[in-house]
Amino acid sequence: MAFLFDSFEGWKQYCEEHNKSLHETVLAFEAEQKGRTKDEVWAHLSNAYHVMKDAVETGLHEDMQSQSGMINNGAKKVFNYPTPVLSPEFQRLISRALAAKEVNSCMGRVVAAPTAGASGILPGTMYTLQEIHQLDDEQIIEGLLIGAGIALIIEQKASLAGAVGGCQAETGSAAAMASGAIVHCLGGNIDQVFNAVATTIQCMLGLVCDPVAGLVEVPCVVRNASASAIAFSSAQIALANVNAVIPVDECVEAMGEIGQSMEARYKETALGGLAATRTGQAISKRVLIQDIEMLPDEEQQEG
Amino acid sequence: MSERSSVFDMIGPVMIGPSSSHTAGVVRIGRVARRVLGKQPDEAQITFYNSFARTYEGHGSNRAILAGLLDFKTDDVRIKQALDIAKEEGLKYNFRSVGNASVFHPNTVKLELTAGERKVEVIGESLGGGVIRIPKLNGFTANFSAAHHTLIITAKDVKGSIAFISNVLANDNCNIATMSVSRKGKNDLACLVIEMDSGIQPIVQQYLSHLDWVQEVLYIPDIDF
Ligand code: SF4
Repeated sequence: MAFLFDSFEGWKQYCEEHNKSLHETVLAFEAEQKGRTKDEVWAHLSNAYHVMKDAVETGLHEDMQSQSGMINNGAKKVFNYPTPVLSPEFQRLISRALAAKEVNSCMGRVVAAPTAGASGILPGTMYTLQEIHQLDDEQIIEGLLIGAGIALIIEQKASLAGAVGGCQAETGSAAAMASGAIVHCLGGNIDQVFNAVATTIQCMLGLVCDPVAGLVEVPCVVRNASASAIAFSSAQIALANVNAVIPVDECVEAMGEIGQSMEARYKETALGGLAATRTGQAISKRVLIQDIEMLPDEEQQEG
Repeated sequence: MSERSSVFDMIGPVMIGPSSSHTAGVVRIGRVARRVLGKQPDEAQITFYNSFARTYEGHGSNRAILAGLLDFKTDDVRIKQALDIAKEEGLKYNFRSVGNASVFHPNTVKLELTAGERKVEVIGESLGGGVIRIPKLNGFTANFSAAHHTLIITAKDVKGSIAFISNVLANDNCNIATMSVSRKGKNDLACLVIEMDSGIQPIVQQYLSHLDWVQEVLYIPDIDF
């Protein structure tokens, strides 16, 4: 059944032939491939969701200052700002995504979903979706299952790692997972879920990984907020059956192709983009350890 | 092709930030070293190499390695306070940065630990995603991941010793996943590293350590438990 998570096309076909919903097939995959029961998977995901919500609260209530000083309680400021630019819900969404990701940057407990760099996106989106639509945890967990299925395919066809595919692979994949989950939770069908994924990937394509000083802080934290917003905008578009035109599998292939041709300096090496700016370099000089002993050549062989 | 990922990898693991190679992986290396020493160290000389040499502070790997030595797990929220907790518990530590060590993986850390009379040296590599490898242990080549149950036997290099040990383990129903031997010199001490799918009974460990040609038997169960 591994073929199921080779492509979205194959996933859909399997669901239709077996008359199963998307999340049921993810459970079946896990049972067959990893020998885990439905209860085990369910317990893992409800714990993960619990940790996500905790991370949001921690980020909004505890002191969030990173070792480098680049992260300094931004989520709280956004949460408490008097004027919502769109709506109070939007303000909460953005501050929650920031909050969970700030917790990650400040050595707090998070869920890598799919990676640590993107660990604010599912917490921000799922927490806010649940609140607005009064969903119960069960529905959110179904959404997370579908998110996991989406990530399994992206990992297979492209990559989930910034060092391999740039930031599109990290925050882009997390946004795709979130938008698929949102559409499912709001009653969307398979086509609508996949359309949301396709639309999200189209919005996130090409994003490079250029963390200042190599730390997972700038621009990672704000990208968790923007990716969360994109997850919602794509879900809004997809639910209305606005076709993404390029099928989801091809969107993921495009992401893989772009990731492959991206130069190494845009893949977590902190040599390009924001990391290479004057200010980025100055910060790097300040926060990274400069006092390093260099081994003489003969000692290099010692090990 | 590599094994398929799981739902647990896509939504998970639960971890302490900022990154699995700089925190979770490093905590695991610390946990392994503590087990090799057999208890909490009184003193730890910690050397970060290559890419770690520059970034260990910014990424919190200094806290992560002490957390491991304090026996915290990879998702323990106290990791962030490990510098203070180590001080409170009387664990003396010192950090050193060394670049240019081309024989080492980019993310390598060396631990020289002391507890009373006992001293050990462990080198660990953080390979990404929290996965680790221990290339060297007390000067012997070790090459284990600590993801299985690991048995480390230091013994005189006598004839038939490997066959003997495998036999003992087979009788305890242990499935050996990997096994490697490293010697410091001919007829000198040998270090045997055995990774097993399941754990061994305490009595087996005791039996092996009482053999007169065996110097020491270390048993490291799955490092996350
Ligand atoms: S910029 Fe790089 S390190 Fe930061 S979130 Fe994106 S992929 Fe991760």
